[in-house]
Amino acid sequence: MKEIDDLNLPEDVKYTKDHEWANAEGDTVTIGINDYAQDQLGEIVFVELPEVGDTFSAEDEFGSVESVKAVSELYMPISGEIVAVNENLEDAPELVNEDCYQGGWIIKVKSSDNSEINELMDKAAYLEMLKG
Amino acid sequence: MTRQPGTSGLIFNEPNVWDKSRDGRCAISLPRADVDRAPLDPALTGDAPDLPQLSELDVVRHYTRLSQWNFGVDSGMYPLGSCTMKYNPKTNEVQAARQGFAGAHPLAGEAFSQGTLRLMYELEQYLAEITGYAGVTLQPAAGAHGELAGMLIIHAYHAKQGRQRSKIIIPDTAHGTNPASATLCGYKSINLKSGPKGILEPDAVAAVMDEDTAGIMITNPNTLGLFEEHIKEICDIVHAKGGLVYGDGANMNAIMGVVKPGDAGIDVLHLNLHKTFSTPHGGGGPGSGPVAVTEALIPFLPVPRVEKELDTFKLVSDCPDTIGRMHTFYGHFGVMVKAYAYILSMGPRGLLDASRLAVLNANYIKDSLKDTLNLPYDRPCMHECVFNDARQKSYHITTMDMAKRLLDYGFHPPTVYFPLVVEGAFMVEPTETESKDDIDQFINAVKAIAKEAESAPEKLTRAPVLPKVTRLDEVSAARKPCLRG
Repeated sequence: MKEIDDLNLPEDVKYTKDHEWANAEGDTVTIGINDYAQDQLGEIVFVELPEVGDTFSAEDEFGSVESVKAVSELYMPISGEIVAVNENLEDAPELVNEDCYQGGWIIKVKSSDNSEINELMDKAAYLEMLKG
Repeated sequence: MTRQPGTSGLIFNEPNVWDKSRDGRCAISLPRADVDRAPLDPALTGDAPDLPQLSELDVVRHYTRLSQWNFGVDSGMYPLGSCTMKYNPKTNEVQAARQGFAGAHPLAGEAFSQGTLRLMYELEQYLAEITGYAGVTLQPAAGAHGELAGMLIIHAYHAKQGRQRSKIIIPDTAHGTNPASATLCGYKSINLKSGPKGILEPDAVAAVMDEDTAGIMITNPNTLGLFEEHIKEICDIVHAKGGLVYGDGANMNAIMGVVKPGDAGIDVLHLNLHKTFSTPHGGGGPGSGPVAVTEALIPFLPVPRVEKELDTFKLVSDCPDTIGRMHTFYGHFGVMVKAYAYILSMGPRGLLDASRLAVLNANYIKDSLKDTLNLPYDRPCMHECVFNDARQKSYHITTMDMAKRLLDYGFHPPTVYFPLVVEGAFMVEPTETESKDDIDQFINAVKAIAKEAESAPEKLTRAPVLPKVTRLDEVSAARKPCLRG
């Protein structure tokens, strides 16, 4: 497994305590799991996705990722309605391991409160949390 | 004996049975038909099933060879945490194979089934006595099925009170199937973190318990192998808000004859006959998950119920508040015979000794290995102990590598990566049926593997090398499952 200093944590996305990332473009927010989460889980074999049109509050469980080791729940970084899910993951869950910030994105959400994303951690705060 | 049990030996390749099939080969001679041939209604017929055609010897060799590739509790120690893989005494099988039991038919009627009904009635009484409850159902077919029955009973209880509730509290040290059972009843799971000592804090329960919460699901001892010391206080908190306490009794092997969960205030408890009461599991046979309840919850038990009237046993279905049937007929009767045989063989003193020895064995392993493997919760444990791979990380050796290497030493791997509250968990449950000699051998094997992790890590990352089937590609198996022969 990777050392903390070797993790790929882009500056331009926000992070949650449960190791999701969120990236806002207007009021559409793309969400996935970050490099630390995919590395800890190991090889991912299944991603359970929500339906387009589902609505969730921040911190609600919206799906799960299953690796050989364990099943982990996915939590909403923000509140909103699902506007797209990454259907490629149904046949190629390994995209989450290979490219967690681009090809391995999980959902796109129409944010219901644009201020929520600002409450998430930036890279520095997230790294500090990881180092404990 | 100081040599490790794992070694190599001659075993046989064996194809799928379909590959061995030859047209016309057959293992039985059917008697000559004594009725005239008559065509069946075409609506009742279809293509014949694709059954392999084999001789008796083909079949015997096939399964004997496959069994030689396998690892069972009859071949070696099977310390699979949370699973209680104790030895299943052969007398259980002898009793279940008696003609009166093996030949019993569920449609034979009460008059011809008095012996089987008496066994079920008495087994219910024994389990009620062991756990401290007023009523028991034997119907659920496995542990998670018992959980579902228990949660349906709690759901029916709240419905009868006139106000259904929407949530259920589930601690992070509960069994993984608990949220699924609760969800099937329409309850939303409220996850609760255990305290720093690995057990539940009453204050944390009080903070989330309200009058919209149906109750709590507690595994005690929990999946860290620790006894929930505040169980009585937690039950009082939940009861004060009108909730019920569900006890997951999968870990009952630690406390038989010592603690009665009914006395602690738990309202509903399921048992695993295939764990605690020595009936085979893990591919060796079907399970059985009886559910025990307090007096107040008896009306909700599944039907039919076995009742005794004078000296006659009968099946009763006229119970207006019942949750209904959980299974066709009466559950897995053969498993009940084996558990009944076990309880009678052991007696009260024997069951108490079984739990004491199970706890002693786990503590012996915990103390013997805590300088070798990291022990996240260094406290007296119950029937199982949970280590992890923190000390092996610097050699890039994981729990999975150590578990696989144990196979080369002749031991079944322990439970790995569960419970989830311990990262890289390596969870060992020796059970009471292993002798000190065998346990010492296991401890020595783990110590030897930890040394290899430092000096020759490739031995672990390639392991196992001795079994017929070596390191499996679990990722491809999960991503691209091949489900046909």
